[in-house]
Amino acid sequence: MATTTLEPRAGTFSRSWVIDWLTTVDHKKIGILYIVNSFLFFFAAGILALFIRSELAVPGLQFLDQDTYNQAFTMHGTIMIFLFVVPVLAGFGNYIVPLQLGAPDMAFPRINALSFWFLPLGGLLIFSGYLFGGAAAEGWTGYAPLTDDTYAQGVGTDLWIIGLTLVGTASILGSINFIATIFKMRAPGMTLFRMPIFVWTILVTATLIMLATPVLTAGLIALFIDRNYGGSFFDPSVGGNPVLWQHIFWFFGHPEVYIVILPAMGVVSEILPVFSRKPLFGYKAFVFATIGIGLLSWTVWAHHMFTTGAVFLPFFSFMTALIAIPTGIKMFNWLATMWRGKLMFTTAMLFAVGFISMFLIGGISGVMLASPPIDFHVQDTYFVVAHLHYVFFGGSVFGVFAATYYWFPKMFGRKLNEPLGKVHFWLHFIGFNLAFFPMHQLGLSGMPRRISDYAANPEWTILNLVSTVGAFMIAVSVIPFLINVIATFINGEPAGDDPWEGNTLEWATTSPPPPYNFDRLPPIHSERPLFFLTHGHGHAAERPEDLEEEQVHDERPADVERREDPLV
Amino acid sequence: MTTHAEATAREEGKFTPQDHQSGMPTALVGMLLFIASEVMFFGGLFATYFNARATTSGAWGPPEGAHELDIALAGVLTAILVASSFTMQFGVWAIRRGDTGKLKLWTAITLGLGVLFLAGQLYDYSQLGFGVGDGVFGTVFYTLTGFHGAHVFGGAVGLTIVLARAMRGQFSARNHVAVEAVSMYWHFVDVVWIAVFSTIYLLG
Repeated sequence: MATTTLEPRAGTFSRSWVIDWLTTVDHKKIGILYIVNSFLFFFAAGILALFIRSELAVPGLQFLDQDTYNQAFTMHGTIMIFLFVVPVLAGFGNYIVPLQLGAPDMAFPRINALSFWFLPLGGLLIFSGYLFGGAAAEGWTGYAPLTDDTYAQGVGTDLWIIGLTLVGTASILGSINFIATIFKMRAPGMTLFRMPIFVWTILVTATLIMLATPVLTAGLIALFIDRNYGGSFFDPSVGGNPVLWQHIFWFFGHPEVYIVILPAMGVVSEILPVFSRKPLFGYKAFVFATIGIGLLSWTVWAHHMFTTGAVFLPFFSFMTALIAIPTGIKMFNWLATMWRGKLMFTTAMLFAVGFISMFLIGGISGVMLASPPIDFHVQDTYFVVAHLHYVFFGGSVFGVFAATYYWFPKMFGRKLNEPLGKVHFWLHFIGFNLAFFPMHQLGLSGMPRRISDYAANPEWTILNLVSTVGAFMIAVSVIPFLINVIATFINGEPAGDDPWEGNTLEWATTSPPPPYNFDRLPPIHSERPLFFLTHGHGHAAERPEDLEEEQVHDERPADVERREDPLV
Repeated sequence: MTTHAEATAREEGKFTPQDHQSGMPTALVGMLLFIASEVMFFGGLFATYFNARATTSGAWGPPEGAHELDIALAGVLTAILVASSFTMQFGVWAIRRGDTGKLKLWTAITLGLGVLFLAGQLYDYSQLGFGVGDGVFGTVFYTLTGFHGAHVFGGAVGLTIVLARAMRGQFSARNHVAVEAVSMYWHFVDVVWIAVFSTIYLLG
């Protein structure tokens, strides 16, 4: 066999950037593809939300008929959850997890690309119902018998089923990839209890996705058989059971709720220590609380079904209330991290603090809903809509924007503009509360969800109008964000490797990182390897500039946990 | 054992791929996780079966006028699939010793048994005289057995790939992770069938 002479640039060859992005298996490019794709679906589903809020601004039917309205809220919910919040957090996970572990890539790079490309395909299939006589219109929960072929005629619902199955398959493959990466690709010294909190939350999330999504797939297949092959899973006239769908859907659906919140909690737990200039308070408590939430999520699904009369109320009510304990632990982790910290209110930090306060409100209304007497009263009212938006939007979406402002410099080498970011945050924060806080009152006074028209009750009218104004304010808040992103690409402030003085390994490489991620890794002796690299106390400062400035203490045993901080 | 070079590399914080090759190969971890998700998928389908059985009033079984389930045939099919798990494992043990000839033989036998199972299942379907649309029993019966059959088919495709690669001499005692992964999956499919058979045919 002939020997090959290595050219200086062996291994790289030029190809057009279109081909490069379409065929990439680099976790960083795939992560960016995930994020961009998710934001496109976010804008599409956001426009549907504006349709909904415009229709509800005043009583009476304005410009949507009932069927169009049903399609709008169904597509809004489905797309926001399955094609925005879950994949955008998976996108950040894709980009950040291998970097934080000191790994060169994900465990299965080609499966990683496959799980991304299922997403736009599935999303477009779900949307394509609009081209074939109307999209699915049963709500994102798709309750039987609304999805029955007698009530949901036309292929919109079938396309919804197929699209969701594809998106679900993508999630399952992605979650397997995350778990294998976390268990097999960690850099030397990166023990499980030195992993960044974001990686921990992704690990628990991936486990939930891997075990919950297949159950939804089974349910969707059963529904497809019912609709197309004369099956009778959910048809009581021939022995089926419509409540079975609710059991299957929520057995998946409640872990799903934590699938969308846990990575956002991880993001916040990365950002708060950096901008408080303190380590995260109670690292291990946070990890165990995350695992606890993951375990409890399997025992609470029927709290969505209290009014069916088919479930044992005390058990599911008690288990649901229990979730307040690990969640409360996290609240105190975050507050104690900020306590007496040297707080820096960057845009990322503002979104993180916004997450804590908004998620707290969503958590409190969640504990209220765990109580059957309250739940019976507000079931299917706007109170539930308010609650779920405080956790999905006030929680997860705030986390998404926090992650965007925090990691954008790492991804593109330039910092987003801070003043514009703050304009974005405040418009977003105020708009969000205007849009969703009045819904609590609407729900308590009995306004049902998923209706296109409502009684011209003066209290309802003003609250709905306020809510619509808030929704448009959220839409407006996206404009400074988009301007910010475009302006930063054109002429942004260069970020350098580590613009925030971060703690974790993604800041130890260049911005953006090379395809193989790291030329060399700092020694890993704690969950904050970069802090100890740049601030001494550590093993061996590796950068020449650090060696000049810092006293190197190399005598101390390598495995002692060093958490002391001059600020505490 | 870490060599001196590796230890030095660790000290310098360099990435050492050797660190990740301890323990189970990454591909097998991926296969185990995939099987875990498949367990939940079949868990969902079994849930539909038990729910239908619990909520149906009256007799549970094929609709009136159709044939009873052929337990004898299903028992033979069960024996075939369980036997194929053993032949698969003989193939794995062979390649762990580096015996590629035996690997090819046992893989071919396993593939043959798998195809025989699928043929037997299709024959069973043709004799039953009821369909997926004939009441809830028909729906859950064909969904459970059909999705299991689809997984057997998937396993047979995997076995075909393993056999083709074995023919080309791509496996050795050190390098045969695909054989291990396909065998794991094949055992899983076998275990699912035992659960399906016990639930539908034995418990009735």
